[in-house]
Amino acid sequence: MSKIIAPPPFLKGAAKAAAKPSEVIKERSMLLQKQMLGDLFHDLTTAKDTGRKVVYTFVPGNLSELILAFDMLPVYPEINALQWGMRKKSGSLIRDAEKYGYSEDVCTYVKCDVGMFLNGNIGPTGEKLPPPDLLLLSYTGCFTFLKWFENLQKLYPGVPTAMLHTPYAADGVITEDMVTYMVRQLEEDVIPKMEMVSGKKFNPEKLSRHLGLASESEDWISKIFDLTKIVPSPIDAYFAGVYYIGPINAGFRGAESAVEYYHQLYLEVAERAREGRTPVTPEGELEEERFRLVVEGPPNWTHFREFWKLFYDMGAVVVASSYTKVGGLFDNGFRHDPDNPLESLARYCMGCYTNISLPERVNLLEGFIKDYKADGFLINSIKSCNSFSAGQLLIMRELEQRLGVPVSFIESDLVDPRYFSYANIKNRLDSFFQMMDQRKRVGGRHQFSKPEQTSSGEQCSMILPVLQQEGAL
Amino acid sequence: MHRTFEKLISECEHIAFDLQFSHAKAWKRASSERFLAGYLPIYIPREVIHAMGGLPVGIMGTGDRMQIIKGDAYYQSYICHLPRGVVELAMSGAFAEFDAFIFPSICDVIRNLSGMFQIFKPDVFVKYLDLPQNFLPSVGGAYYRREIETTVEGILSHRSTVPFENEVWVERLNHSIRLYNENRALIERIVTIRQEYPWRVSAVDWYNVLRSGLAMPVEEHNNILYELEAYLQDDRGRPLDNIRVVISGAFCEQPPVGLIKTIELAGCYIVDDDFMLGSRWIEGDIAEDTSDPLGAIVDAYLQHSTFSASLYEAAPASGTKVERLASLVKSRKADGVIFAAPSFCDPALLDRPELQLGLERAGVRTIGFQYSENTGQFKVIKEEVGAFSDSIKLWGSGADGSEPDSHMWLPTVIEDLTAIA
Repeated sequence: MSKIIAPPPFLKGAAKAAAKPSEVIKERSMLLQKQMLGDLFHDLTTAKDTGRKVVYTFVPGNLSELILAFDMLPVYPEINALQWGMRKKSGSLIRDAEKYGYSEDVCTYVKCDVGMFLNGNIGPTGEKLPPPDLLLLSYTGCFTFLKWFENLQKLYPGVPTAMLHTPYAADGVITEDMVTYMVRQLEEDVIPKMEMVSGKKFNPEKLSRHLGLASESEDWISKIFDLTKIVPSPIDAYFAGVYYIGPINAGFRGAESAVEYYHQLYLEVAERAREGRTPVTPEGELEEERFRLVVEGPPNWTHFREFWKLFYDMGAVVVASSYTKVGGLFDNGFRHDPDNPLESLARYCMGCYTNISLPERVNLLEGFIKDYKADGFLINSIKSCNSFSAGQLLIMRELEQRLGVPVSFIESDLVDPRYFSYANIKNRLDSFFQMMDQRKRVGGRHQFSKPEQTSSGEQCSMILPVLQQEGAL
Repeated sequence: MHRTFEKLISECEHIAFDLQFSHAKAWKRASSERFLAGYLPIYIPREVIHAMGGLPVGIMGTGDRMQIIKGDAYYQSYICHLPRGVVELAMSGAFAEFDAFIFPSICDVIRNLSGMFQIFKPDVFVKYLDLPQNFLPSVGGAYYRREIETTVEGILSHRSTVPFENEVWVERLNHSIRLYNENRALIERIVTIRQEYPWRVSAVDWYNVLRSGLAMPVEEHNNILYELEAYLQDDRGRPLDNIRVVISGAFCEQPPVGLIKTIELAGCYIVDDDFMLGSRWIEGDIAEDTSDPLGAIVDAYLQHSTFSASLYEAAPASGTKVERLASLVKSRKADGVIFAAPSFCDPALLDRPELQLGLERAGVRTIGFQYSENTGQFKVIKEEVGAFSDSIKLWGSGADGSEPDSHMWLPTVIEDLTAIA
């Protein structure tokens, strides 16, 4: 049984905590996802017996379709690290890496991965992960990836590395020169190495087939995240969103199973939206959507549930987040193109969220705040991740200046439990919620969104349920 | 000689640490054809800016010479210090007469700083120079060439100036290449003199001379280097019983001068380092007098770049980073390596475990610590470096005098890790 948290005084009469304690009923999409991931881990643990080749690579700018086209199996070190974090076991792995000489200052994903290696390369599921046959360094949006794989090259001497340098979209555009550079790398380095390791000839038709399936999955996931524009939002696009992006980021984009999963998920979320239901939290369905947020930055994994609870206890729902776009930004219409396979892979890599320029990030987030009818904008700044974090305070200032939206800033880390301070984060969030609540009460919010016309011709905002309830409009 | 040694050093120090870049601005004001292009660490092809009639001005942060107030408001505590100072400079108007800014691709912080400048200075040309990590001429080389060309095009369009005729451009660029070849050659000659006679010019004085070159025309810096070289032909100063060290990891955010001085006072001669690495990035000369000088610059980057944490180590023909650092130690006859890296510098700090282990395996003694450009307390560092120096004086550099086995510094980290696991 979950307990109902009494609302703080400033939320008197309005907030009710996540409320409906209920048994966990797994929907079909959840079962599908579990099956997919279970099968992948099984394939990985038996890879050496079955002769399947294993590729270590990263989520942003991942080349899932190419890996599938060569019948290889992907391992994502950062997904292993975050899963260790969620199991609250990343701390000791990080400390082991630090004992080995890694500075406290550097990325904790890297240290968690090195620590995992030092401890026998046992994966978060408790099963030993196979060593890589190929290190596929698709270097998108994060310079530390480069350093990470240079370290892995030393840990796995003799394993070939295929390097794919993704140019940074610094000027907000992807030029033909950038595409050509990437395609040439694919043709002259990446694909030949994949052929060599897999022992298979590159089959463009097979790649195109997977790209077509990827495009279908991308359609569905875009539609799913579009549903959070509805008030109330049927899902939380950040805390639940990280589960939803699991298959598309863990090597299944381009597989039929992903199309089936995302189609099923869409049907379930659309049904929730049709019924006007609120997001499901670990403690049941949210009773009332009080605050709609856009969040920038990855979540903290070591205290994920406590972190989420700080939000749902206040009736706060994340309706859009940048983090769910790290494995691909499909909101702007990008889809993998079976007719232009390598160009399409190149454009995908360059369009991932962390590869777009700071001004473009500001524009994108501004669009999110407007389109998803957010009440506030929050940054969770991650100590480990300079790619996200450097410049975030300017992003926050810009958005506050442009939109007059309440903003807030909290700090934590990906998988280092030493950097999660519950009290500090709670204090900041309490102030933030209070600020948004006051903004609602005085009717001063949404300077950035135009009131919508009601059927009777009166101007009224669909997204101010509290003010409507309280007769303020 | 036009000036005394002391005056030469003093003038260089003034220019190197003038955070208003007065010397560069005065140069610009002499002609309406001139322009200033600020660049961040580490490397850009300065020859190209020079050939266009501009002055590339190195922006290396504020060190400990400016109180950071506004800059801190843009960065979390866990971001390195350099960009705070750069933002502070931007906010205080120090870049008022700059026409362009170039941000080479060395890390995520510098990368995102380029976006911040796009927001801060929408009317100025801001270029993120994406140096290739692919070193095939037909792939990375072709891309890099376009990166340089778009940089030129961007500056020209922002200044509304007409491109040079091809022949003129080739001639100008070849001329610039010659000047920068001369600059690098002079620097290497002085470093070699310092290797033999490090007491003739202190590490701090040499640092000031080298750094001043980032804020003045290369012609002027070459003259300074010639003057210094002449002074260093004669014995100066007094040899001390110091060990000889190479500093590694300080290629971007620079250590405060007090830290360099502290290392010397603690009993070390710094016989090589990676301070202002961009000035020495290309090893050897870039081909001069070719019909395709831009191609020569690209080839030099692909084939003759030094080793650095910002550069992908793709089985280079000239050796791994460990091998190249060990080779440098050997050629400089150094007794040890001091890994001095800025706090929160992912590239330098993620290289360190492998480098430190590799060098220890090669019989090279090492010590490591972190700093920030505005570090003000050096007592602990002095103790550490002093102990390092004393231990080498007492027990030698760690090797038994025999030549290190070259295989020992091959990447064998796996053996250690396996043993631990």
